[in-house]
Amino acid sequence: MSAILWQLLQIVLVVAISPLITGWVRLVKSRLNGRIGASPFQPYRDIYRLLQKEAVVAHSASWVFRVAPYVTFGAAWLAACIVPAFTTNLFLAQAADLIALVALLGVARFWTALAGMDVGTSFGGLGASREMMISSLAEPAMLMVTFSLSLISGTTAPAQIIAFVLSGGVGIEVSLGLALAALVMVAIAENGRIPIDNPATHLELTMVHEAMVLEYSGRHLALMEGAGMVRLTLFMALIGGLFAPWGMAQPGGDAVAVLVGLAAFLAKCFVLATALGVFETSIAKMRVFRYADFLGGALLLGLLATIFLYVSEAV
Amino acid sequence: MGAQISYDIAHLIGATVLMAGFQLLYQRRLFAVLNTFAFQALALAAAAAWQAHVQHAPHLYVTAGIALVFKAIIVPIALHWLVEQLGIHKNVETAMSIGWTMMAGVALVTLSILLVLPVTANAAALTRESLALAMSVVLLGLLMMITRRNAVTQVVGFMALENGLILAAVSAKGMPLVVEISVAFSVLVAMTLFGIFFFRIRERFDTLDLADLETHRGDR
Repeated sequence: MSAILWQLLQIVLVVAISPLITGWVRLVKSRLNGRIGASPFQPYRDIYRLLQKEAVVAHSASWVFRVAPYVTFGAAWLAACIVPAFTTNLFLAQAADLIALVALLGVARFWTALAGMDVGTSFGGLGASREMMISSLAEPAMLMVTFSLSLISGTTAPAQIIAFVLSGGVGIEVSLGLALAALVMVAIAENGRIPIDNPATHLELTMVHEAMVLEYSGRHLALMEGAGMVRLTLFMALIGGLFAPWGMAQPGGDAVAVLVGLAAFLAKCFVLATALGVFETSIAKMRVFRYADFLGGALLLGLLATIFLYVSEAV
Repeated sequence: MGAQISYDIAHLIGATVLMAGFQLLYQRRLFAVLNTFAFQALALAAAAAWQAHVQHAPHLYVTAGIALVFKAIIVPIALHWLVEQLGIHKNVETAMSIGWTMMAGVALVTLSILLVLPVTANAAALTRESLALAMSVVLLGLLMMITRRNAVTQVVGFMALENGLILAAVSAKGMPLVVEISVAFSVLVAMTLFGIFFFRIRERFDTLDLADLETHRGDR
């Protein structure tokens, strides 16, 4: 019973706080750039404003263009619902594992790229082709991280991995550190953050995600932007949950444990968002041709994590 | 529990040294290479100090001190100074693309693990893993010497290789201090010689790109 309740809370929570987290990253970045910056609540106002506006659709657009925002947002939302944020006692926790998570993110990405190509502008096609290049490198890296985590804990379900880490059965493991580094690199690529993509720019040389959603307006754009924000929250919950699960409520925990879990989750999100802002201001955007090196590095880190597991096993 | 923690930390520091080796292969700017090398030496000093603590071997603290002072501070500063003095191109030129180099690096790490684990079947777990890590660092240093065209980065590769040797030396029990000190000082002497050679090579050929030297040797 409580599992369904917490699941409902999680469903609402990820959507409710994701604009705040995005706004917080923007605020940190502008402060570090010497600007005052907008309030962290500005993304809520932006989305509200977009929802008020009429959605203009190009003449050449097909139904794919109209459906894509809903599918993208739905897939990202569903993915965020299965990642334990503040408690592992979730109704959907048994239903989905990390591989399903990769697949859901893949669905969201596929539809965004499809929508980018659908209108037939050159920008959309450019963005879609770059997005597919990034995903063809990021997804194997993400799967490699999943494999090394599942080799450590014997399961691919995030709830059980968290329970395993919390039980203290795992010491300071080099593989975990390598997997964390790889997952952070994948998260940066998947969310279109700075070394890979700059969501704040409209420069044709650099844009990836913005190029694909350029034709959207009104509620469609609100959904596309919302999907990006939810995805950022999802990755923060994933990194904070899998690699620093302390404070997370376990099945059988009472309401107090859940409150502690909520507080810990919010704290982790703000620490990670601040770190992301600092990281983004201190690094330059990469050339498109160097993405392969960056994400290939993530894949190799995941591979090394698995190799080191075999060393530990053999010893 | 205590043994487990000391083992985990030694493993972690060794892996940091190895990761710095990979970072060296990934860098494209000369100064970034030098900074990464300083970081690797710092991690090496931490590894030596931790081994001194675990093995109750005070002479390893000397090794840690040598690594900290000479390799993490003096050598990087000297190389920085050399690069400034020579005014050489600050991009690293590679013989292979970075991606292929990294892949070769992972293959070398796998190779060294496959090689070391069966050979040292009777040794303690800590020694076996440290040896596997140290061998990987040595091989990565060799790879860096092979895949870089610029003489300065090749020297950094040599120094990284030597870091791997020290890592192996501190994790094996009963290595006499005099051996480590002599290795450390020979590297310092080598560093001085390299510095002189850089100036001589540049004076003669107006470049530090070793590919250009081959024409003078008659290979091309």
